[in-house]
Amino acid sequence: MNLPDIIIRVVNVDAGYDDVAIQKNINFDVRRGEVFGILGGSGCGKSTLLKHMIGLNEPIAGHIYIDGDDIVTADEATEAKILRKFGVMYQSGALFGSMTLLENVRLPLEEYTDLADDTIDLVARMKLELVGLEAFTGHLPSELSGGMQKRAGIARAMALDPSILFMDEPSSGLDPITAASLDATIRRLAENLGVTFVIVTHDLGSIFVATDRVILLDRKAKGIIAQGDPRRLRDESDDPRVRAFFRREVEPMAA
Amino acid sequence: MQSEAPVAAALAVTDEAAGRRVLTLSGRLDAATLPSVWERARRAVAEVPARAIVVDAAAVDYCDGAGAALFVDLLRHTREGKVEVVNLKPAYETLLKQFDPKLLEHDLDLPPPRRPAVEEIGRAASGVWSDIRLQVGFIGETSAALAHAMRHPSSVRWRDVWHICERAGVDALPIVALISFLLGMILAFQSAVPMKRFGAEIFVADLIGLSMLRELGPLMTAILIAGRSGAAFAAEIGTMRVNQEVDALTTMGLDPVRFLVTPRIIAAVLMTPLLTIFSGLIGLVGGAVTMQSFGIPFKTFVTEVDSAVTLTDFLAGFVKSFVFATLIAGIGCLRGLQTGAGASAVGDSATRAVVSGIILLVVVDGLFAVAYYLLNI
Repeated sequence: MNLPDIIIRVVNVDAGYDDVAIQKNINFDVRRGEVFGILGGSGCGKSTLLKHMIGLNEPIAGHIYIDGDDIVTADEATEAKILRKFGVMYQSGALFGSMTLLENVRLPLEEYTDLADDTIDLVARMKLELVGLEAFTGHLPSELSGGMQKRAGIARAMALDPSILFMDEPSSGLDPITAASLDATIRRLAENLGVTFVIVTHDLGSIFVATDRVILLDRKAKGIIAQGDPRRLRDESDDPRVRAFFRREVEPMAA
Repeated sequence: MQSEAPVAAALAVTDEAAGRRVLTLSGRLDAATLPSVWERARRAVAEVPARAIVVDAAAVDYCDGAGAALFVDLLRHTREGKVEVVNLKPAYETLLKQFDPKLLEHDLDLPPPRRPAVEEIGRAASGVWSDIRLQVGFIGETSAALAHAMRHPSSVRWRDVWHICERAGVDALPIVALISFLLGMILAFQSAVPMKRFGAEIFVADLIGLSMLRELGPLMTAILIAGRSGAAFAAEIGTMRVNQEVDALTTMGLDPVRFLVTPRIIAAVLMTPLLTIFSGLIGLVGGAVTMQSFGIPFKTFVTEVDSAVTLTDFLAGFVKSFVFATLIAGIGCLRGLQTGAGASAVGDSATRAVVSGIILLVVVDGLFAVAYYLLNI
């Protein structure tokens, strides 16, 4: 089952809280090095599914293999091993408010490596340079704009050079130009560093520019209603729900 | 020139020979003007259920959402005679067409969700049980984290510890000093007046010495720290929870207990006993100042305290302060980590931290009193 080019495999997952499934029987694979989008309207459970994938909440049923290890049933040691393989950029950035940007990026390096202090500084500054924030190392998160905080969130998530980066609504709350530059950053990192991205979003702009493949979740159907290249889905799908999502058409009101 | 358009709403009701009743609405229909006509219009429709009603809106100059609500209200009830709205200006007609009066026919009358008493008791019991389980789990995790910190002191984030020490300890000095000084003064004054009648005012020094060092000093300091730092810990960690910072720690593989709780407990355990000693001494000074006015010199006061208070008394208070510190910091951090979603959640956590902190303090202080009594301390 362990195909070399599959980095994440989601098998028969029921996503939800307290035994109430929002999505049922979800199955998909993410290939190594691609930018993968989890799409869907508000409240369809895409962020919940992400929380299952990063091990914050256990899914109601199913298995999620990250680079071969199941994060759902993992014991403490395996979980620690899996957590080292990915970074997460949260919707709000989730930077530690009492620390400067540099300290935020330094933290994982301090905790997991035995590098010398000045080496950690250098690595952290390089990560910040990667997202264009080298001039803001000494700033506190509250002194930065929303877009900068998100980019700093990417830098921190990248601190230990994970092979996978999960992102929760990277473009939410950003103006179109900042969102576009974030998309460009994602593409650049994916192409130059070979990082696999899993992006939860409903922003059409980002989807067409940044992602290689997507799954589209639907709240009513409680499952995946389309998967593949978003541009082909937009142009070729016959499913009115898929067309409605990708072409921003309003679905005819249910009688 | 005609004066300004009428700003009020008006209603005229006429009964036609054909049996129809005509409601002529005019003027401005908005939330400010409608109350004057709404009830009359409603009654005019309700009192003749069998007759057809025509609502003539030709003279309506303005109609907003509230005006549309009046029309919907007149149209929505099923009755024998037909109700129709005529001559409404096209723009307002479009507005009215957005709503289906039949969907709004019935008023909302949701019965409050009542559950049988047994179920309520069961729910409450299960809530308490899960809270206890959570607390036991938290105590276990925290103990493990503290044990780990003791075995590997380099794993503790000492910079955070010193920072918290400063905020929870040093910054608390003025308030602890003020409260303790006043406490010592008031205690001395209240007891000196009756004692003086028996010529026993010198024993006020014994009273102040024993109560401040053994009982009130540790307890008052702990209550102050619960209010100041316990609430602060809960609010800080609660805000981190709301901002997903705690999630970020978890997915970085960093244990929030080790990272957030351990430094706070260590800082509290370092600072609270020091503040307790400080509080006891300042309380004694307060007492001494009062007793000067009763003719007991400072030196006599000190000698009397020295003879009344033993090292055991002092240590009895000191030991308690360590336990109090662990409780306050632990409960503050636990409430912070339990913070739910929403704007009020952080405030709730801070409140719960203070309330459960103070309850625990008083209970544990009682247990100490019993234990000391049984051990003859």
